[in-house]
Amino acid sequence: MTVRKLGRGVAVVGVGISKFGAFTDKTSRDLFVEAYLELRTTVDKGMEPAAIEALYLGNFSSDLFEGQGHTAPIMADAVGLPQIPAMRVEDACASGGIALRQGVMAVASGMHDVVLVGGVERMTRLPTAQVTDTLGAAADVLYEIPAGFTFPGLYAAIATAYMHKYGMAPEHLMNVALKNHENGALNPKAQFGVTIPDWMQGRITAAQRKGKPVPTWADPMEFLHDDAANPMVAWPLRLFDCSPVTDGAACLLLVDAERAHEYTDNPVYIIGSGHASDAPLHGRADMTTLGAARSAAAAAYAQSGVSAADIRMAEVHDCFTIAEVIATEDLGFFAPGTGFKAAEDGVTARDGARPINTSGGLKAKGHPVGASGVAQVVEVFKQMRREAGPRQLQGDVPLAVTHNVGATGSTCVVHVYERRD
Amino acid sequence: MIKSLSDSQGEMQRRPLTAAGFDEYLAEHKLAGTRCTACGALYLPPRAICPTCQSSALEWVELAGRGTLAAFTSIFVGPSAMVAQGFDRKNPYVSGVVALEEGPAISARIVGVDANQPEIAWIGTSLVVTFLDKGEGDAKQTTLAFQPADA
Repeated sequence: MTVRKLGRGVAVVGVGISKFGAFTDKTSRDLFVEAYLELRTTVDKGMEPAAIEALYLGNFSSDLFEGQGHTAPIMADAVGLPQIPAMRVEDACASGGIALRQGVMAVASGMHDVVLVGGVERMTRLPTAQVTDTLGAAADVLYEIPAGFTFPGLYAAIATAYMHKYGMAPEHLMNVALKNHENGALNPKAQFGVTIPDWMQGRITAAQRKGKPVPTWADPMEFLHDDAANPMVAWPLRLFDCSPVTDGAACLLLVDAERAHEYTDNPVYIIGSGHASDAPLHGRADMTTLGAARSAAAAAYAQSGVSAADIRMAEVHDCFTIAEVIATEDLGFFAPGTGFKAAEDGVTARDGARPINTSGGLKAKGHPVGASGVAQVVEVFKQMRREAGPRQLQGDVPLAVTHNVGATGSTCVVHVYERRD
Repeated sequence: MIKSLSDSQGEMQRRPLTAAGFDEYLAEHKLAGTRCTACGALYLPPRAICPTCQSSALEWVELAGRGTLAAFTSIFVGPSAMVAQGFDRKNPYVSGVVALEEGPAISARIVGVDANQPEIAWIGTSLVVTFLDKGEGDAKQTTLAFQPADA
Protein backbone atom coordinates (compact mmCIF):
# COMPACT_ATOMS: atom_id res chain seq x y z
CA MET A 1 0.00 0.00 0.00
CA THR A 2 1.31 3.40 -0.96
CA VAL A 3 1.12 5.71 2.04
CA ARG A 4 0.38 9.27 1.07
CA LYS A 5 0.52 12.13 3.52
CA LEU A 6 -2.01 14.96 3.56
CA GLY A 7 -0.68 17.91 1.56
CA ARG A 8 -1.21 20.13 4.60
CA GLY A 9 -2.88 19.82 7.97
CA VAL A 10 -6.65 20.00 8.43
CA ALA A 11 -8.44 21.05 11.60
CA VAL A 12 -12.05 20.96 12.79
CA VAL A 13 -12.81 24.23 14.59
CA GLY A 14 -16.60 24.15 14.90
CA VAL A 15 -19.44 21.64 14.84
CA GLY A 16 -23.22 21.74 14.81
CA ILE A 17 -25.95 19.15 15.01
CA SER A 18 -29.72 19.44 14.87
CA LYS A 19 -31.97 17.58 17.23
CA PHE A 20 -32.40 14.07 15.76
CA GLY A 21 -35.90 12.60 15.64
CA ALA A 22 -39.13 12.45 13.65
CA PHE A 23 -40.41 15.92 12.77
CA THR A 24 -43.49 16.49 10.65
CA ASP A 25 -42.79 20.21 10.46
CA LYS A 26 -39.08 20.35 9.52
CA THR A 27 -37.71 20.04 5.99
CA SER A 28 -34.08 19.20 5.19
CA ARG A 29 -33.20 22.84 4.96
CA ASP A 30 -34.74 23.60 8.35
CA LEU A 31 -32.66 20.80 9.86
CA PHE A 32 -29.50 21.98 8.13
CA VAL A 33 -30.05 25.58 9.25
CA GLU A 34 -30.54 24.33 12.82
CA ALA A 35 -27.21 22.48 12.70
CA TYR A 36 -25.40 25.41 11.09
CA LEU A 37 -26.70 27.93 13.63
CA GLU A 38 -25.30 25.71 16.38
CA LEU A 39 -21.98 25.45 14.56
CA ARG A 40 -21.68 29.24 14.56
CA THR A 41 -21.88 29.23 18.37
CA THR A 42 -19.15 26.59 18.80
CA VAL A 43 -16.26 28.42 17.14
CA ASP A 44 -14.42 29.70 20.22
CA LYS A 45 -13.02 32.89 18.69
CA GLY A 46 -15.95 33.42 16.37
CA MET A 47 -16.24 32.97 12.64
CA GLU A 48 -17.00 35.11 9.65
CA PRO A 49 -19.53 33.27 7.48
CA ALA A 50 -18.12 35.07 4.46
CA ALA A 51 -14.86 33.18 5.01
CA ILE A 52 -16.52 29.88 4.07
CA GLU A 53 -15.28 28.99 0.61
CA ALA A 54 -17.20 25.81 -0.22
CA LEU A 55 -19.80 23.30 0.97
CA TYR A 56 -19.50 19.51 0.74
CA LEU A 57 -22.87 17.98 1.59
CA GLY A 58 -23.61 14.34 2.37
CA ASN A 59 -27.12 13.35 1.38
CA PHE A 60 -28.35 9.95 0.26
CA SER A 61 -31.67 10.65 -1.33
CA SER A 62 -33.52 13.88 -0.79
CA ASP A 63 -34.88 13.15 -4.28
CA LEU A 64 -36.82 10.09 -3.12
CA PHE A 65 -37.42 11.17 0.48
CA GLU A 66 -38.59 14.71 -0.23
CA GLY A 67 -38.82 15.11 -4.00
CA GLN A 68 -35.93 17.57 -3.86
CA GLY A 69 -32.81 16.96 -5.92
CA HIS A 70 -29.83 19.26 -6.43
CA THR A 71 -29.65 19.62 -2.67
CA ALA A 72 -26.23 21.20 -2.08
CA PRO A 73 -26.89 24.69 -3.51
CA ILE A 74 -30.29 24.66 -1.78
CA MET A 75 -28.56 24.10 1.57
CA ALA A 76 -25.83 26.67 0.87
CA ASP A 77 -28.51 29.21 0.04
CA ALA A 78 -30.50 28.31 3.16
CA VAL A 79 -27.55 29.16 5.40
CA GLY A 80 -26.96 32.46 3.63
CA LEU A 81 -24.10 31.37 1.36
CA PRO A 82 -25.87 31.23 -2.00
CA GLN A 83 -22.81 31.66 -4.19
CA ILE A 84 -20.14 29.38 -2.77
CA PRO A 85 -19.34 26.19 -4.69
CA ALA A 86 -21.58 23.54 -3.19
CA MET A 87 -21.61 19.87 -4.07
CA ARG A 88 -23.64 16.93 -2.88
CA VAL A 89 -21.90 13.65 -2.19
CA GLU A 90 -23.79 10.36 -2.36
CA ASP A 91 -22.40 7.07 -1.12
CA ALA A 92 -25.51 5.72 0.60
CA CYS A 93 -25.21 5.82 4.40
CA ALA A 94 -21.54 6.80 4.06
CA SER A 95 -22.47 10.03 2.23
CA GLY A 96 -21.59 12.15 5.26
CA GLY A 97 -18.21 10.54 5.83
CA ILE A 98 -17.38 10.84 2.15
CA ALA A 99 -18.44 14.51 2.17
CA LEU A 100 -15.99 14.97 5.05
CA ARG A 101 -13.28 13.30 2.99
CA GLN A 102 -13.97 15.74 0.12
CA GLY A 103 -13.64 18.62 2.57
CA VAL A 104 -10.39 17.19 3.91
CA MET A 105 -9.02 16.83 0.38
CA ALA A 106 -10.07 20.38 -0.51
CA VAL A 107 -8.24 21.87 2.48
CA ALA A 108 -5.25 19.49 2.42
CA SER A 109 -4.67 20.22 -1.26
CA GLY A 110 -4.72 23.96 -0.78
CA MET A 111 -7.78 24.35 -2.99
CA HIS A 112 -9.63 25.94 -0.08
CA ASP A 113 -8.69 27.23 3.39
CA VAL A 114 -12.11 27.17 5.04
CA VAL A 115 -14.91 24.77 4.11
CA LEU A 116 -18.25 23.70 5.49
CA VAL A 117 -18.94 19.97 5.56
CA GLY A 118 -22.54 18.99 6.09
CA GLY A 119 -24.89 16.06 6.07
CA VAL A 120 -28.66 15.98 6.04
CA GLU A 121 -31.51 13.53 5.59
CA ARG A 122 -35.21 13.89 6.17
CA MET A 123 -36.62 10.38 6.17
CA THR A 124 -39.80 10.20 8.23
CA ARG A 125 -42.01 11.96 5.69
CA LEU A 126 -42.44 8.65 3.85
CA PRO A 127 -44.36 5.66 5.22
CA THR A 128 -42.14 2.84 6.54
CA ALA A 129 -42.56 0.55 3.49
CA GLN A 130 -41.41 3.35 1.18
CA VAL A 131 -38.48 4.14 3.48
CA THR A 132 -37.52 0.46 3.21
CA ASP A 133 -37.74 0.67 -0.59
CA THR A 134 -35.75 3.91 -0.72
CA LEU A 135 -32.96 2.56 1.47
CA GLY A 136 -33.04 -0.60 -0.65
CA ALA A 137 -31.86 1.51 -3.57
CA ALA A 138 -28.44 1.50 -1.88
CA ALA A 139 -28.21 -2.28 -2.34
CA ASP A 140 -27.73 -4.07 -5.67
CA VAL A 141 -31.18 -3.57 -7.14
CA LEU A 142 -30.58 -6.10 -9.93
CA TYR A 143 -29.46 -9.05 -7.81
CA GLU A 144 -30.02 -8.40 -4.07
CA ILE A 145 -33.42 -6.73 -4.06
CA PRO A 146 -35.13 -9.34 -6.33
CA ALA A 147 -34.00 -11.95 -3.76
CA GLY A 148 -36.28 -10.17 -1.28
CA PHE A 149 -33.45 -8.60 0.72
CA THR A 150 -33.97 -5.48 2.79
CA PHE A 151 -31.17 -3.71 4.67
CA PRO A 152 -32.12 -5.32 7.97
CA GLY A 153 -32.22 -8.57 5.98
CA LEU A 154 -28.73 -8.13 4.52
CA TYR A 155 -27.24 -7.36 7.94
CA ALA A 156 -29.21 -10.26 9.39
CA ALA A 157 -27.57 -12.52 6.78
CA ILE A 158 -24.18 -11.15 7.87
CA ALA A 159 -25.19 -11.95 11.45
CA THR A 160 -26.02 -15.57 10.57
CA ALA A 161 -22.66 -16.03 8.84
CA TYR A 162 -20.96 -14.55 11.94
CA MET A 163 -23.01 -16.65 14.38
CA HIS A 164 -22.20 -19.79 12.43
CA LYS A 165 -18.48 -19.05 12.27
CA TYR A 166 -17.93 -17.70 15.79
CA GLY A 167 -20.71 -19.15 17.94
CA MET A 168 -22.33 -15.82 18.77
CA ALA A 169 -25.96 -15.90 19.94
CA PRO A 170 -28.56 -13.20 19.15
CA GLU A 171 -28.52 -12.33 22.89
CA HIS A 172 -24.97 -11.05 22.52
CA LEU A 173 -26.18 -8.38 20.12
CA MET A 174 -28.61 -7.09 22.74
CA ASN A 175 -25.60 -5.90 24.78
CA VAL A 176 -24.80 -3.46 21.98
CA ALA A 177 -28.34 -2.07 22.00
CA LEU A 178 -28.38 -1.76 25.80
CA LYS A 179 -25.04 0.09 25.82
CA ASN A 180 -25.89 2.48 22.98
CA HIS A 181 -29.26 3.41 24.45
CA GLU A 182 -27.53 4.01 27.79
CA ASN A 183 -25.21 6.48 26.02
CA GLY A 184 -28.02 8.00 23.96
CA ALA A 185 -29.95 8.73 27.14
CA LEU A 186 -27.15 11.18 28.02
CA ASN A 187 -27.22 12.92 24.63
CA PRO A 188 -29.85 15.69 24.40
CA LYS A 189 -29.69 15.53 20.57
CA ALA A 190 -30.48 11.81 20.45
CA GLN A 191 -33.73 10.51 18.93
CA PHE A 192 -34.03 8.00 21.78
CA GLY A 193 -32.96 9.75 24.96
CA VAL A 194 -33.99 6.84 27.13
CA THR A 195 -32.27 3.67 28.34
CA ILE A 196 -33.83 0.30 27.53
CA PRO A 197 -34.56 -0.40 31.24
CA ASP A 198 -36.36 2.96 31.45
CA TRP A 199 -38.16 2.20 28.19
CA MET A 200 -39.31 -1.12 29.66
CA GLN A 201 -40.47 0.57 32.86
CA GLY A 202 -42.33 3.15 30.79
CA ARG A 203 -44.26 0.37 29.07
CA ILE A 204 -45.15 -1.18 32.43
CA THR A 205 -46.26 2.16 33.86
CA ALA A 206 -48.34 2.93 30.77
CA ALA A 207 -50.07 -0.46 30.99
CA GLN A 208 -50.86 0.13 34.66
CA ARG A 209 -52.21 3.60 33.96
CA LYS A 210 -54.45 2.39 31.13
CA GLY A 211 -55.66 -0.60 33.15
CA LYS A 212 -54.23 -3.01 30.54
CA PRO A 213 -52.52 -6.33 31.37
CA VAL A 214 -49.21 -5.42 32.99
CA PRO A 215 -46.17 -7.07 31.35
CA THR A 216 -44.12 -9.27 33.65
CA TRP A 217 -40.60 -8.77 32.24
CA ALA A 218 -38.13 -9.65 34.99
CA ASP A 219 -35.27 -7.67 33.43
CA PRO A 220 -34.34 -5.83 30.22
CA MET A 221 -33.07 -9.02 28.57
CA GLU A 222 -36.49 -10.61 29.04
CA PHE A 223 -38.07 -7.46 27.59
CA LEU A 224 -35.76 -7.72 24.57
CA HIS A 225 -36.76 -11.36 24.05
CA ASP A 226 -40.48 -10.52 24.01
CA ASP A 227 -41.82 -10.82 20.45
CA ALA A 228 -44.52 -8.26 21.21
CA ALA A 229 -42.22 -5.65 22.81
CA ASN A 230 -39.26 -6.25 20.51
CA PRO A 231 -40.64 -7.80 17.31
CA MET A 232 -38.53 -9.69 14.80
CA VAL A 233 -37.61 -7.58 11.75
CA ALA A 234 -35.25 -9.96 9.93
CA TRP A 235 -34.20 -12.97 11.96
CA PRO A 236 -32.02 -12.88 14.02
CA LEU A 237 -32.38 -9.07 14.17
CA ARG A 238 -35.24 -7.55 16.13
CA LEU A 239 -36.51 -3.98 16.31
CA PHE A 240 -33.98 -3.00 18.99
CA ASP A 241 -31.14 -4.33 16.81
CA CYS A 242 -31.99 -1.72 14.16
CA SER A 243 -31.21 1.98 13.98
CA PRO A 244 -34.34 4.11 13.59
CA VAL A 245 -35.67 6.17 10.69
CA THR A 246 -34.56 9.71 11.47
CA ASP A 247 -34.67 13.34 10.40
CA GLY A 248 -31.51 15.25 11.19
CA ALA A 249 -28.51 17.25 10.06
CA ALA A 250 -24.95 17.97 11.17
CA CYS A 251 -22.11 20.19 9.98
CA LEU A 252 -18.43 20.90 10.58
CA LEU A 253 -16.11 23.82 9.90
CA LEU A 254 -12.78 22.60 8.49
CA VAL A 255 -9.82 24.93 8.14
CA ASP A 256 -6.17 24.85 7.13
CA ALA A 257 -4.40 23.65 10.31
CA GLU A 258 -2.00 26.59 10.21
CA ARG A 259 -4.94 28.95 10.52
CA ALA A 260 -6.78 26.94 13.17
CA HIS A 261 -5.57 29.23 15.97
CA GLU A 262 -7.52 32.09 14.40
CA TYR A 263 -10.68 30.16 15.30
CA THR A 264 -9.87 28.32 18.51
CA ASP A 265 -7.11 27.32 20.89
CA ASN A 266 -8.58 23.79 20.96
CA PRO A 267 -8.80 22.47 17.41
CA VAL A 268 -9.29 18.82 16.59
CA TYR A 269 -6.93 17.74 13.83
CA ILE A 270 -7.87 15.24 11.12
CA ILE A 271 -4.64 13.32 10.56
CA GLY A 272 -5.75 10.41 8.42
CA SER A 273 -8.45 9.57 5.89
CA GLY A 274 -9.15 6.17 4.34
CA HIS A 275 -11.87 5.18 1.86
CA ALA A 276 -12.51 1.87 0.12
CA SER A 277 -15.24 0.09 -1.81
CA ASP A 278 -16.36 -3.49 -2.18
CA ALA A 279 -18.70 -5.75 -4.16
CA PRO A 280 -22.25 -6.49 -2.95
CA LEU A 281 -22.43 -8.98 -0.07
CA HIS A 282 -22.69 -12.09 -2.27
CA GLY A 283 -19.52 -11.08 -4.10
CA ARG A 284 -17.27 -11.30 -1.03
CA ALA A 285 -15.16 -14.22 0.11
CA ASP A 286 -15.90 -13.57 3.81
CA MET A 287 -19.24 -12.17 4.98
CA THR A 288 -18.17 -11.84 8.64
CA THR A 289 -15.96 -8.81 8.01
CA LEU A 290 -16.23 -5.70 5.84
CA GLY A 291 -13.20 -5.71 3.55
CA ALA A 292 -13.75 -2.04 2.70
CA ALA A 293 -13.63 -1.16 6.41
CA ARG A 294 -10.36 -3.03 6.86
CA SER A 295 -8.85 -1.32 3.81
CA ALA A 296 -10.12 2.13 4.80
CA ALA A 297 -8.85 1.69 8.36
CA ALA A 298 -5.44 0.50 7.16
CA ALA A 299 -5.15 3.54 4.88
CA ALA A 300 -6.27 5.97 7.59
CA TYR A 301 -3.94 4.49 10.21
CA ALA A 302 -1.00 4.49 7.78
CA GLN A 303 -1.59 8.10 6.80
CA SER A 304 -1.84 9.07 10.49
CA GLY A 305 1.14 7.02 11.58
CA VAL A 306 -0.91 5.51 14.41
CA SER A 307 -2.22 2.02 15.10
CA ALA A 308 -5.49 0.68 16.43
CA ALA A 309 -3.96 0.23 19.88
CA ASP A 310 -3.40 4.01 20.14
CA ILE A 311 -7.07 4.90 19.63
CA ARG A 312 -8.94 5.95 22.78
CA MET A 313 -12.51 5.97 21.42
CA ALA A 314 -14.47 5.48 18.21
CA GLU A 315 -17.80 6.41 16.71
CA VAL A 316 -18.68 3.48 14.44
CA HIS A 317 -21.48 2.76 11.98
CA ASP A 318 -23.91 0.73 14.11
CA CYS A 319 -26.83 0.81 11.67
CA PHE A 320 -27.53 -2.63 13.18
CA THR A 321 -26.08 -4.14 16.35
CA ILE A 322 -24.11 -6.74 14.35
CA ALA A 323 -22.53 -3.89 12.38
CA GLU A 324 -20.99 -2.45 15.56
CA VAL A 325 -19.55 -5.82 16.58
CA ILE A 326 -17.91 -6.25 13.17
CA ALA A 327 -16.78 -2.60 13.04
CA THR A 328 -14.82 -2.98 16.28
CA GLU A 329 -13.04 -5.96 14.76
CA ASP A 330 -12.45 -4.34 11.36
CA LEU A 331 -10.90 -1.29 13.06
CA GLY A 332 -8.43 -3.61 14.75
CA PHE A 333 -9.67 -3.11 18.33
CA PHE A 334 -10.59 -6.77 18.80
CA ALA A 335 -9.59 -9.96 17.02
CA PRO A 336 -12.04 -11.43 14.48
CA GLY A 337 -14.81 -13.29 16.28
CA THR A 338 -14.26 -11.57 19.65
CA GLY A 339 -16.07 -8.23 19.22
CA PHE A 340 -19.30 -9.58 20.66
CA LYS A 341 -17.47 -10.77 23.76
CA ALA A 342 -15.88 -7.32 24.20
CA ALA A 343 -19.37 -5.82 24.10
CA GLU A 344 -20.61 -8.38 26.63
CA ASP A 345 -17.67 -7.68 28.95
CA GLY A 346 -18.26 -3.92 28.93
CA VAL A 347 -15.01 -3.11 27.12
CA THR A 348 -16.94 -0.84 24.73
CA ALA A 349 -18.91 0.97 27.45
CA ARG A 350 -18.08 4.55 28.45
CA ASP A 351 -16.07 3.28 31.43
CA GLY A 352 -14.47 0.45 29.43
CA ALA A 353 -11.03 0.32 27.87
CA ARG A 354 -12.33 1.12 24.36
CA PRO A 355 -15.52 3.20 24.45
CA ILE A 356 -17.59 2.86 21.28
CA ASN A 357 -20.42 5.19 20.27
CA THR A 358 -20.53 7.41 23.35
CA SER A 359 -23.07 9.54 21.42
CA GLY A 360 -25.54 6.65 21.44
CA GLY A 361 -24.46 5.73 17.93
CA LEU A 362 -26.79 5.43 14.97
CA LYS A 363 -28.78 3.03 17.13
CA ALA A 364 -29.94 5.49 19.80
CA LYS A 365 -28.89 8.90 18.52
CA GLY A 366 -30.67 8.16 15.25
CA HIS A 367 -29.60 7.56 11.66
CA PRO A 368 -30.51 10.31 9.19
CA VAL A 369 -28.43 8.46 6.64
CA GLY A 370 -26.62 11.30 4.85
CA ALA A 371 -25.91 13.10 8.13
CA SER A 372 -24.63 10.18 10.21
CA GLY A 373 -21.02 10.30 9.02
CA VAL A 374 -20.85 13.99 9.89
CA ALA A 375 -22.65 13.61 13.22
CA GLN A 376 -19.99 11.09 14.29
CA VAL A 377 -17.38 13.86 14.08
CA VAL A 378 -19.53 16.12 16.26
CA GLU A 379 -19.22 13.56 19.07
CA VAL A 380 -15.47 13.11 18.59
CA PHE A 381 -15.01 16.91 18.69
CA LYS A 382 -16.99 17.18 21.93
CA GLN A 383 -15.25 14.25 23.62
CA MET A 384 -11.77 15.44 22.64
CA ARG A 385 -12.50 18.97 23.90
CA ARG A 386 -14.14 17.64 27.08
CA GLU A 387 -17.50 19.17 26.14
CA ALA A 388 -19.59 15.97 26.15
CA GLY A 389 -21.37 16.74 29.42
CA PRO A 390 -22.71 13.77 31.38
CA ARG A 391 -21.34 11.28 28.84
CA GLN A 392 -17.82 12.76 28.90
CA LEU A 393 -15.13 10.08 29.03
CA GLN A 394 -12.69 10.01 31.93
CA GLY A 395 -9.18 11.19 31.09
CA ASP A 396 -7.80 12.59 27.86
CA VAL A 397 -8.88 11.57 24.39
CA PRO A 398 -5.72 12.20 22.36
CA LEU A 399 -6.74 10.01 19.39
CA ALA A 400 -10.13 8.94 18.06
CA VAL A 401 -11.64 7.34 14.97
CA THR A 402 -14.86 7.56 12.98
CA HIS A 403 -16.05 4.66 10.81
CA ASN A 404 -18.91 5.28 8.37
CA VAL A 405 -20.35 2.57 6.10
CA GLY A 406 -22.47 2.65 2.95
CA ALA A 407 -24.84 -0.28 2.36
CA THR A 408 -23.36 -3.55 3.70
CA GLY A 409 -19.84 -2.22 3.27
CA SER A 410 -19.78 -1.44 -0.45
CA THR A 411 -18.37 1.83 0.87
CA CYS A 412 -16.44 2.50 4.04
CA VAL A 413 -14.68 5.66 5.13
CA VAL A 414 -12.48 5.97 8.22
CA HIS A 415 -10.96 9.13 9.70
CA VAL A 416 -8.43 9.55 12.51
CA TYR A 417 -8.54 12.59 14.81
CA GLU A 418 -5.88 14.04 17.09
CA ARG A 419 -6.04 16.49 19.96
CA ARG A 420 -2.76 18.27 20.70
CA ASP A 421 -1.88 20.11 23.88
CA MET B 1 -18.68 -29.73 -16.48
CA ILE B 2 -19.83 -26.18 -17.07
CA LYS B 3 -21.87 -25.88 -20.22
CA SER B 4 -21.05 -22.98 -22.51
CA LEU B 5 -24.34 -21.53 -23.70
CA SER B 6 -22.49 -19.83 -26.54
CA ASP B 7 -21.32 -23.16 -28.01
CA SER B 8 -24.52 -25.11 -27.60
CA GLN B 9 -26.81 -22.39 -28.86
CA GLY B 10 -25.05 -20.29 -31.50
CA GLU B 11 -27.86 -17.76 -31.50
CA MET B 12 -27.24 -16.99 -27.86
CA GLN B 13 -23.63 -16.13 -28.46
CA ARG B 14 -24.90 -12.72 -29.34
CA ARG B 15 -27.05 -12.39 -26.24
CA PRO B 16 -25.60 -9.30 -24.55
CA LEU B 17 -23.61 -9.61 -21.31
CA THR B 18 -26.19 -7.53 -19.47
CA ALA B 19 -28.75 -7.90 -16.71
CA ALA B 20 -31.40 -8.25 -19.43
CA GLY B 21 -29.48 -11.20 -20.83
CA PHE B 22 -29.39 -12.80 -17.39
CA ASP B 23 -33.12 -12.23 -16.97
CA GLU B 24 -33.84 -13.84 -20.35
CA TYR B 25 -32.00 -16.98 -19.25
CA LEU B 26 -33.80 -16.84 -15.90
CA ALA B 27 -37.15 -16.75 -17.72
CA GLU B 28 -35.99 -19.87 -19.59
CA HIS B 29 -35.21 -21.45 -16.21
CA LYS B 30 -31.47 -21.41 -16.74
CA LEU B 31 -29.01 -20.06 -14.19
CA ALA B 32 -26.50 -18.26 -16.39
CA GLY B 33 -23.15 -16.83 -15.38
CA THR B 34 -20.29 -15.50 -17.45
CA ARG B 35 -16.85 -17.01 -17.95
CA CYS B 36 -13.72 -15.18 -19.01
CA THR B 37 -12.41 -16.85 -22.16
CA ALA B 38 -8.95 -15.42 -21.44
CA CYS B 39 -8.33 -16.60 -17.87
CA GLY B 40 -11.26 -18.94 -17.20
CA ALA B 41 -12.61 -17.06 -14.17
CA LEU B 42 -16.32 -17.57 -13.62
CA TYR B 43 -18.80 -14.90 -12.54
CA LEU B 44 -22.32 -14.67 -11.19
CA PRO B 45 -23.83 -12.07 -11.36
CA PRO B 46 -22.66 -11.85 -14.96
CA ARG B 47 -19.89 -9.42 -15.84
CA ALA B 48 -18.80 -7.86 -19.13
CA ILE B 49 -15.25 -7.18 -17.91
CA CYS B 50 -13.15 -9.71 -16.00
CA PRO B 51 -11.88 -8.20 -12.70
CA THR B 52 -9.19 -10.90 -12.54
CA CYS B 53 -7.46 -10.22 -15.87
CA GLN B 54 -9.40 -7.20 -17.22
CA SER B 55 -10.32 -9.04 -20.43
CA SER B 56 -13.61 -8.14 -22.06
CA ALA B 57 -13.91 -11.52 -23.78
CA LEU B 58 -16.52 -13.22 -21.62
CA GLU B 59 -19.16 -15.76 -22.59
CA TRP B 60 -22.39 -16.99 -21.10
CA VAL B 61 -22.25 -20.34 -19.32
CA GLU B 62 -24.98 -22.36 -17.67
CA LEU B 63 -24.37 -23.19 -14.01
CA ALA B 64 -25.51 -26.46 -12.48
CA GLY B 65 -27.70 -24.73 -9.89
CA ARG B 66 -26.30 -26.64 -6.93
CA GLY B 67 -24.73 -25.07 -3.88
CA THR B 68 -24.86 -24.57 -0.14
CA LEU B 69 -26.48 -21.92 2.05
CA ALA B 70 -23.77 -19.46 3.18
CA ALA B 71 -25.93 -16.85 4.97
CA PHE B 72 -29.64 -16.17 5.26
CA THR B 73 -32.43 -14.37 7.06
CA SER B 74 -36.11 -14.76 7.62
CA ILE B 75 -37.69 -11.42 6.76
CA PHE B 76 -40.70 -10.26 8.77
CA VAL B 77 -40.81 -6.68 7.45
CA GLY B 78 -40.38 -6.75 3.68
CA PRO B 79 -40.14 -4.21 0.89
CA SER B 80 -43.37 -3.19 -0.82
CA ALA B 81 -42.83 -5.69 -3.67
CA MET B 82 -42.85 -8.57 -1.18
CA VAL B 83 -45.70 -7.10 0.85
CA ALA B 84 -47.72 -7.00 -2.39
CA GLN B 85 -47.14 -10.76 -2.68
CA GLY B 86 -48.72 -11.29 0.74
CA PHE B 87 -45.63 -11.48 2.93
CA ASP B 88 -45.79 -9.82 6.36
CA ARG B 89 -45.06 -10.40 10.06
CA LYS B 90 -47.37 -13.41 10.11
CA ASN B 91 -46.05 -14.73 6.81
CA PRO B 92 -42.28 -14.20 6.65
CA TYR B 93 -40.01 -15.38 3.83
CA VAL B 94 -36.37 -16.38 3.59
CA SER B 95 -33.62 -14.70 1.57
CA GLY B 96 -30.07 -15.96 1.47
CA VAL B 97 -26.66 -16.05 -0.11
CA VAL B 98 -25.94 -19.33 -1.89
CA ALA B 99 -22.37 -20.50 -2.51
CA LEU B 100 -22.51 -22.37 -5.82
CA GLU B 101 -20.44 -25.47 -6.41
CA GLU B 102 -18.69 -23.74 -9.33
CA GLY B 103 -17.38 -21.03 -6.95
CA PRO B 104 -19.43 -17.83 -7.21
CA ALA B 105 -22.13 -16.93 -4.68
CA ILE B 106 -25.47 -15.26 -5.39
CA SER B 107 -28.38 -13.72 -3.51
CA ALA B 108 -31.63 -15.65 -3.90
CA ARG B 109 -34.95 -16.47 -2.32
CA ILE B 110 -34.79 -19.66 -0.24
CA VAL B 111 -37.95 -21.77 -0.41
CA GLY B 112 -39.01 -25.11 1.00
CA VAL B 113 -37.96 -24.15 4.52
CA ASP B 114 -40.12 -22.92 7.43
CA ALA B 115 -39.54 -19.16 7.58
CA ASN B 116 -41.17 -19.08 11.02
CA GLN B 117 -38.59 -21.47 12.45
CA PRO B 118 -35.20 -20.28 11.21
CA GLU B 119 -32.17 -22.10 12.60
CA ILE B 120 -28.50 -21.25 12.35
CA ALA B 121 -27.91 -24.92 11.49
CA TRP B 122 -29.41 -24.24 8.07
CA ILE B 123 -26.06 -22.79 7.04
CA GLY B 124 -24.25 -25.38 4.94
CA THR B 125 -27.48 -27.00 3.74
CA SER B 126 -27.22 -28.42 0.20
CA LEU B 127 -29.52 -26.52 -2.14
CA VAL B 128 -30.74 -26.81 -5.72
CA VAL B 129 -31.99 -24.01 -7.94
CA THR B 130 -35.68 -23.43 -8.60
CA PHE B 131 -37.41 -20.70 -10.55
CA LEU B 132 -40.41 -18.76 -9.25
CA ASP B 133 -42.61 -17.55 -12.10
CA LYS B 134 -45.16 -14.78 -11.71
CA GLY B 135 -47.54 -13.44 -14.34
CA GLU B 136 -47.98 -14.47 -17.96
CA GLY B 137 -46.64 -13.43 -21.37
CA ASP B 138 -44.80 -10.12 -21.42
CA ALA B 139 -45.68 -9.57 -17.75
CA LYS B 140 -43.98 -12.80 -16.72
CA GLN B 141 -41.27 -12.33 -14.12
CA THR B 142 -38.97 -15.06 -12.89
CA THR B 143 -37.25 -14.93 -9.52
CA LEU B 144 -34.14 -16.94 -8.73
CA ALA B 145 -34.66 -19.25 -5.76
CA PHE B 146 -33.06 -22.28 -4.15
CA GLN B 147 -34.55 -25.11 -2.11
CA PRO B 148 -33.09 -27.90 0.00
CA ALA B 149 -31.65 -30.62 -2.23
CA ASP B 150 -33.23 -33.37 -0.13
CA ALA B 151 -36.73 -31.85 -0.22
